[in-house]
This record gives sequence, C-alpha cells and structure tokens, in this order.
Amino acid sequence: MEYMSKSILEIHEDLKAKKVTSKELIEEATKKAKEVQEKYNAFVTILEDVKPVEEIKTMLSGIPYGVKDNYSTKGVLSTGSSNTLKDYVPFFTATAIQNLEKQGAVMVGKTVLDEFGMGGTGTTGHTGIVKNPWDTSRMCAGSSAGSACSVASGVYPYATGSDTGDSIRKPAAYCGIVGYKPTYGMISRYGLFPFTSSLDHCGVLTRNVQDAAIVVDAMKGIDKNDMTSWDSSSIHLYDSIDGCVEGKKICYIKEICDIENYPNATEELKEHLENFKKTIALAKELGMLVEEVHVDQTLLNAIASCYVVISCAEATSNMSNLTGFIFGPRGEGKNYIEMMKDYRTKGFSPLIKRRFVIGSYVLQKENKDRYFFNAQRVRRLLVDTWKKLYETYDAVLLPVGSGPAKKPEESKEILDENTQVLEEHLQVGNFGGFPSITIPNGFIHGLPVACNITSNCYEDSTALNIAYALESKMNYKNQIAKEGD
Amino acid sequence: MEYKVLIGLEMHCEISKTNTKVFSSAKNGYNNAPNTNIRPVDMAFPGTLPVLNKEAVKKALMASMMLSCTQPEYLCFERKNYYYPDLPKGYQITQETKPAPIGMYGKLVYECKDELKTVRINNIHLEEDAASTDHYTSVSKIDYNRAGVPLLELVTEPDFRSAEEAVAFLETMRSNYQYADISEADSKKGQIRCDVNVSIMEASLDESNPENWGTKVEVKNVNSFGGVRDAINYEIKRQIELKENGTYDSMEQQTRRWDEESGTTIYMRDKVDAIDYKYFIDPNIPKLKLDPLWLEEIRKEIPVLAFERKQKYMQEYGLSNYDATNLVKEKEISEYYEECISYGVSPKSACNWITSIILGHINKYELKITDIFVTPKMLADLIQVLEKGDISSKQAKEVLYDSLKEDKEPLKIIEEKGIRQIGNDEEILKIVKEVFVENKEAKEQYKSGKTNIVDFLVGQVMKKTRGKANPAMAMQFIKEELER
Repeated sequence: MEYMSKSILEIHEDLKAKKVTSKELIEEATKKAKEVQEKYNAFVTILEDVKPVEEIKTMLSGIPYGVKDNYSTKGVLSTGSSNTLKDYVPFFTATAIQNLEKQGAVMVGKTVLDEFGMGGTGTTGHTGIVKNPWDTSRMCAGSSAGSACSVASGVYPYATGSDTGDSIRKPAAYCGIVGYKPTYGMISRYGLFPFTSSLDHCGVLTRNVQDAAIVVDAMKGIDKNDMTSWDSSSIHLYDSIDGCVEGKKICYIKEICDIENYPNATEELKEHLENFKKTIALAKELGMLVEEVHVDQTLLNAIASCYVVISCAEATSNMSNLTGFIFGPRGEGKNYIEMMKDYRTKGFSPLIKRRFVIGSYVLQKENKDRYFFNAQRVRRLLVDTWKKLYETYDAVLLPVGSGPAKKPEESKEILDENTQVLEEHLQVGNFGGFPSITIPNGFIHGLPVACNITSNCYEDSTALNIAYALESKMNYKNQIAKEGD
Repeated sequence: MEYKVLIGLEMHCEISKTNTKVFSSAKNGYNNAPNTNIRPVDMAFPGTLPVLNKEAVKKALMASMMLSCTQPEYLCFERKNYYYPDLPKGYQITQETKPAPIGMYGKLVYECKDELKTVRINNIHLEEDAASTDHYTSVSKIDYNRAGVPLLELVTEPDFRSAEEAVAFLETMRSNYQYADISEADSKKGQIRCDVNVSIMEASLDESNPENWGTKVEVKNVNSFGGVRDAINYEIKRQIELKENGTYDSMEQQTRRWDEESGTTIYMRDKVDAIDYKYFIDPNIPKLKLDPLWLEEIRKEIPVLAFERKQKYMQEYGLSNYDATNLVKEKEISEYYEECISYGVSPKSACNWITSIILGHINKYELKITDIFVTPKMLADLIQVLEKGDISSKQAKEVLYDSLKEDKEPLKIIEEKGIRQIGNDEEILKIVKEVFVENKEAKEQYKSGKTNIVDFLVGQVMKKTRGKANPAMAMQFIKEELER
C-alpha cells in the first residue's frame, strides 16, 4: 500500500485509524526519496534515522515532508544549494519549520534549489540539475525545484518552498502540482536564507489546495524574531475553504492573455492560452463573474527589469555576510580581503556573481536614482495598479508562463522579449506581498501547465477558495508525475 | 598672517544603558568575557533578522530632544554596505540623512572658560556598533560582544573655533548622556569615539560665507578627549605651515587618521577614494511611526541637566562657580546634594560639607557617591545638630569621618560617644576664668590694642575642652571679661 501519494487529509485519517504508523510512512518516504534522488537529483540531504511521531495530535502529526535547503535547520546540513555553505550545519531552526515541528510534522529531506533561490531553472544548485519528473529532458523551473520535483513524484504530500519572484509558483506549474505563497509576513522569514528581503516569502508545494491551506496554517504566525511578521491568529485558512465562489468577481489581463499580443507564438503558447480560456469558462460555470481588464503594456513590460534591479540590489547586500570568516569554508590569502575574495570567487556560481555586479551597479551613488529608485517607483505603480483591480475584483486569474516546462537550452535566463511578460508577471505578487496560488489546469504534449490566482493582501482565503473551486472542477488534483505519459 | 579655525565634530557614543543590543536580544554589556554576549544575528548567521529595541529608540529620542533637534514622523533604518571583518553582516544598520534620522537641526549651549557658546547640531542618528578587533602580528582577534551595541552618532556644524571649545562641548555631551541615563559615556571603555573636521581660513575673511572656508580635513578614530584636543592642535599647526610655505591650495579634501603614539595625523585617502556605501532602506525593519504622545512622555522624562543645575546653584544658592562645577560633575553627586537640601539644610553649608569632606573621601578611595554609607539624610541630620549648637563643627567633622570609615550613622556615633558641645554658661565661664588666670597679661595687652588676643584666648578655651566648647559662647564671655 502506498501512502505518500495520498493527500494530507487521507494520510491523517489512515494514521488515526492505525492503518499505518509514522515509522512506516517515514520508511516509505525515505525509500522514495532515494529513488527520486537517483532519477531526478532533487535532494541535497536525505535524512537517516528520522524519529517518528506516533502521537497524532494534528493533521500534520507523523507525516513526512521536505524542506527547501535554504531554510535553517538545527543540526541538519543547510546549504542554500551553494558551495559557500556546502558544509554549514546551523544551530537554530527557522521559525516556519519549528512551527511545523510543533505540529508533529516529520522532516525527511532537504531539497535542491537554485543557488540561494536566485534563478528560475533548478539547474544552478551546487549538487547539479534537478530534472523534471514528467520528462527528464526538461527543467523543473525554480528555485524550489527539488521541493516541486519530490512532491510531484509522490515522496511526501508537501514540501516547503520560498518565493521571491515565482520560485514556488513556477516550479509547481511545471511539475503539475499546487504552489502557494501567502501574504507577505504571514509566515516568519526568520531562518530563511535571504535573497531579497522585501520580496522573499515562505510557502508550500502540495498536490491539492486544501493541503496547501493546512500546511500554511501550521507554518504561519507572528514571530518576535521577524518584525515584518504579523498576527494572523484569527485566520484559519483550511477552515475557510468552503468552495463557495458564486458571485466572486475575477479578472484576467488582456495584454497578458490575448494570443494576438504574441505574433511569433509557438504552438505550445497557442495551446497554453487556449487552455487558459477553458479555465475561464470553468470559472464562469462555477458562478464567478469573469471580466477582461486592460493594464498598460509599458508598465507590464517593466516588471522584469524592475524585479532584476530590486532583487539584485538587495541580494548583493544580503549575501555580504558570506565571507568565509564566521561560517563556510575559509578562503586562502595573505589578508582578509584576499581570503574573502578567494572564498567568494570559488563559492558562488557565475550567475550569482553577475547578479551581484548588477546589484552593486544599481546602488552606486551615480546610478541609484536612475535604476534603484526608479525600480521602486515602478514597483509602486504596479502594486497600485493591482490594488486598483482589487477594488473591483476578488482575484486576478492568469496563465503561468508561456507553456509547459522547458529544456535547459531554452533557459529562462535568456529572456525572450516576446513572451517576457507571460514569464514574469507572477513577480507582481511579490512586489505587493499578495497571496498567490498556482494550480495545474491542463496538459500540453503530456506536460502539465498551470494557472495562477492572486488576491489582495490578507485575502488568502479568497484566493484559496477560488483555487479550490477550480481544482474541484478539473482532473489534476493529487496527480503524481509519470514519466513519458 | 592671522587665521581662523573651523572645527566640526562627529561624536559616537554607545548607548550603554539598555539591557539588550539595538537589533538583537543579546545583552548590552561591557565587562564580560569576549564573545559571550552574542545571539545568532550578531554574527550574521544566514536567515537571522534584526529586531529593533524600543528602549534604544527611546534613549536616542531623548538625546535628540536634549539637542533641540526635530524628530521625524517615521523612523527608518538604512544599510551602509561595506566589507570589514568587524562587520559580520557586511553592512551596518544606520540612518542616513535621507529620509530622516532620529534628530535633525538642533543646537546646544555649552560653557567654555566661563563663556557660553552655541554649537549647531546637523543631525543625530541611531546605529549599531561593530565588533571590536585586536590585531597581532600574525592573527587578529574579533570580539562580537560589541557588535550590535546601540550607538549614537552626533554631527555638529563646523562651529568650534578652538580645540578647547570642541573639548568643552564633548565634556558637556558626556555629562548630558550620563545625566539622562543614556550612557556611561566612558571613553576608557571605548564608549566614545570621535571624528574631527578641521579647516583654516584667513582671519580677515567672512566666515559666514562657505566660499571663504578652507579645505576640509577629516581626522578619524580619535578615542579620547585629550586626543581630540591634540589632533585639532596638530592639524591647525600643520595646515598653517602649509599656508605659510604656499602648498595649502594644492591640498585635496582628505581623510586622515589620528596616531596616538606619534601625536600626528596620517594621510588615509582623499575625496576621490571616498567609499560608496550604497545606502538603501533596510527592508527587514518596517518604518516606525513615532506617536506624538510617546514623544511627549519621553520629553517629560528628560532630567534637569548639569548646565541648568549649575546655573541654579550659582544664581539661586549663591555658590561659587568652582563649587557648583564640582557638585554637577556627576549626576549622582548633584542628586545627593539636592536631596540633602530637601531636608532643610542651607544650600551653602550642604555644599561645604559635600565638597570638602564627602568628595574628598570618595576621590581618595575612588568610590562613587552612591557607594558610601552616609546618606544625604544622615548628612542633613548631622548638619542640623551642628547648626543647633549641640556639637561644635570640629566635632561634627570628626563624627562624619568616623561615620564614613565605620559605616555607622552620625547621630548614633554622637549618642554612643556622648559627644556634645559645652554650651552651658557656667561651665564655659569657669573655663574662661581659668584661662584668664593662666594668662594674666592678656587684659593689659588687649587694652593696649592687641585685639587679636581674643582669638588666642578662644583657642585656649577650645584646647582645654578638647574642642567641646561652643566657640561663639566662649568668645562672648572672653570679650565681656576683657571689657570689664
């Protein structure tokens, strides 16, 4: 009997009915993790001798899960998928993980990411490329690549992720699962290795919407160690999911969804946008009011560069603590500057170094207004535009990416100007700190594609409810990746 | 040629009086073993976040108010990015002048050589201190206890015209920080560090026009007030020499370092090498709205500072500048003095007793006034017994010394030892008569104009009674006897 491919609720019922024990679940998860590691390279660490939790007090008690390797976990290697921290074993645990532990959740592995979450391919971790479980010639997208891959492969029902631009929601889409990042500050960032503090969100990857709500209910909470966290004790996400969406108003943006905007569209893109129309139809069937809205194309085109400027600037500063003096392998040299240079030169991948250079450049006195402050202004304009939409609509519904998972040679790092807005619009969710959830909404050539629902801040339950209602009308709930299907 | 000197100061002072550091829950303490007051955030372990200490903000706001600065509507913190091993995060959390630091555009009146001077304050801001480092020949040692200790940086306008003025200002600020319970402000503990800006200009030119100002030289890392004085004087001399030999105009605006050992300033870098700190607002610290009610509460808590107390002691109590200065040197001494007065003792005699005996005692044994056994109440009681005439001032002094030495209440000593002054007419008269018997020629001498014989005779009475006689009464009887 396989349990790890079930939903959290189902496993929880089986545990309560004593059909299975936590110990057996861990054995199954560990065994699967090793298989998945062999095939797709999703893990930095698969834990040995994991202690089971047999007392079933909460819905997460005794159930195995995975943790993205940029969460600090006490006594367990936490690398951020970077050579700079390849041997780093923290002495404290991230608040979000501690909260899961308090609920009896059982961590069985640490998953691969793009180095420090910087990258959208799942190919830049120091342990190598994470392969897509639906087609190993393709990428998972990133940066939560290992978490997406392992959940989609049925190693366990959920894994934590982090999302700075789309790092939960994009890989979830390419792996055919659910990816959810709640409102900024709902989950404490204490213990999450920072990439862009003003954009970083903790979140989760699951195989259905209810599971996502259950896990975030456990992870969230105000934290004295994170000043940007807030008290959400009156919010109960799982309980608020009732499937009632009749009369909800949602919108989609013409400039992003209309095939007419993409004169050189590939067959995949055409299919993807055609498929998205089906999701709109479903929403209408569910009694939701769906309307097309316009957003200034110039503003939309600025999303990507705005993101690059802000994320690189903050990242340069956030990663200045990586010097090799206090932690990490100490570099060699005659003085501290040489030692630091040696450590950073050897430790960081070229992609990250490039971003550091951009970050430094845009913060320099003579460039700061032109780049950094202008990016802040664009960010404000975008957030205001979305906020304006939320005055009328409960959520914005949009397709994720320009189709299914890509091959490494078509890497997202090579920006395709034509479809750039489609690829990058999820970043608005980070600019505004909006709750945002991606669910699978179809297949193209046997590969999953997805749509995304983003609501206004603190309206997490609205986004979850709409996602849940749509999910219930489609056949992709709880799907497990099948190679070459 | 005559020159005018323009001096500005950047004074860094640690806030030593909070329990914890400014963005960390680690203890804010000086006297501890290295690397013991540390939380993960102080060493910038990945994933740690700063949490603002409200107590540090409160103290910084108080400092801002004491300098008559304006406080911002919202408090923001910025990152100052640079790499150095004493800075674990690779950036210091501080406040640049934009948007607004904790205090802007204030002023302070201070006293220099009995003259009142005013210095304009450009700004004061709250930031975190770096770790402390010790460099040896082959290794460097880093102590992260200091990393994250709250630090106030105060920037003045170039309003000082001499090293004495700059030092007098620093001494005033040190006293203010101590009085307001913001900091011990002890430069021996490295709590105060200064950067000094010095430029010179021809004395005949108008100093209100910045175009007439000379080239600014910044001297960094001056860690004592004596150092500030010496560094300024050295720079003045050096810059005048450049003027005199004609090379001043080719000198670039530059940063120099004060070298304590050689007593000189050493070139570090000029303007073109200035570091770009790439400031930006720290996204981990949400901007904090400063509640006007809270600000009002803080304003009310500001104690009367040394400068105002001194004015009061001189103008209302008629104390000398010297005595008043001694009494306000430390807040605890001033508080001691004021409490003593509150029991009804005259301000002048309280001053005499404290400045002569109590301060002498604590200086001799290197004590704090709060360490001694004699409380202001005990001292007041003693002075009152003296003023009633029950004991002589000589007795009172002895009692006070004994009390300080033996940790015993003065009144108890008087009672136990049966000390009292002979104030009884008959007894004194009897002794006076004895003295006249022993000094038969006294009357004659007095009559012939040797009036100072009175003091001699009083002295004899006191000698006979071992100081117990009331000298005023003795004098009265002696005079009566002489006139007879």
